[in-house]
Amino acid sequence: MSQAVLDALKSKFGDAILSAESKHRDESITVAPAKLVEVCTFLRDDDKMAFDSPVFLTCTDRLGLPDETHRFEVVVQLRSVSKRHRIRIKVPLEEGKLKVPTLSGLWAGFNWLERETYDMYGVEFEGHPDMRRIYLYEEFEGFPLRKDFPKDRRFPLARREWTDE
Amino acid sequence: MGLEITTTKLEDLANWGRKFSFFTYPFITACCGMEFMSVAAPKYDIARFGAEFPRFSPRQSDLMMVVGTITEKQGPALKRVYDQLAEPKFVIAFGVCASTGGFYQNYSVVPGIDQIIPVDVYIPGCPPRPEQVLDGVMLLQKKVAEGRSINQVRARREALERQSEGV
Ligand code: SF4
Repeated sequence: MSQAVLDALKSKFGDAILSAESKHRDESITVAPAKLVEVCTFLRDDDKMAFDSPVFLTCTDRLGLPDETHRFEVVVQLRSVSKRHRIRIKVPLEEGKLKVPTLSGLWAGFNWLERETYDMYGVEFEGHPDMRRIYLYEEFEGFPLRKDFPKDRRFPLARREWTDE
Repeated sequence: MGLEITTTKLEDLANWGRKFSFFTYPFITACCGMEFMSVAAPKYDIARFGAEFPRFSPRQSDLMMVVGTITEKQGPALKRVYDQLAEPKFVIAFGVCASTGGFYQNYSVVPGIDQIIPVDVYIPGCPPRPEQVLDGVMLLQKKVAEGRSINQVRARREALERQSEGV
């Protein structure tokens, strides 16, 4: 569907595109964090690419997967309404270095999605104008969608004072 | 002795009135709200039990229906609304989410609103059928008429304590 996008990216950025695949009519590429903004700027501004719609931005925790080479992966989906193609960008992250440059400067719609990703996975977006939790409250410790977050850990804000007699 | 009999009767009369005039505060947060609507609408018609009048101010209501999933972040709001209800106040936990947290066993959902406020009647179901809800309302009516709801019992106990201290 968007093989042309993959070809253009590969010829322009060469080795910066760590891998590219085309599966179930969905194209995806893998980019190192350092190259992300450069690639995305090209995707947005080039006339043939014209990715004008930020679809989603999230993260996956790959803990325990058989092919776990890196723990976290930020996933960005873009779409071009005018050119009618789409692409998925994956950014592998090492544990302990969960930092990605922000895309909220390119597409303002990613602002809150980046905050949500930070809230749930603890990935920090460098250069983001307001890097705080968005759903959870200040008292919450840890990042609940990580696979090693215990399912019964809670940070209650209100509990009863009385007990059963 | 005569006085004692009179007060008992008065309380019974008041409770009889209370049981047919619940003013509901609908604390509706999730999908169970659909079922609450159908209970309140003419087909099942909670008006038959005198509880048809939802009041969106806790100060004007005495029955709090907690309908739906309560998250930890909402806990303080729930407690605050409960504290503002008019005495004597009653609470119905509507659906498994409100009763126990339901299938949400995770970081964000309160495992049952009785962790935060006292509950008189639990209505299981995801969501409960309107018949179940009406059954729950009738159970609460019975409890209130007999003076067995949590806050009635507490009020009686406190009155007794005051009396014994006073003597
Ligand atoms: S008990 Fe079921 S229907 Fe009711 S709020 Fe929970 S999930 Fe929704």
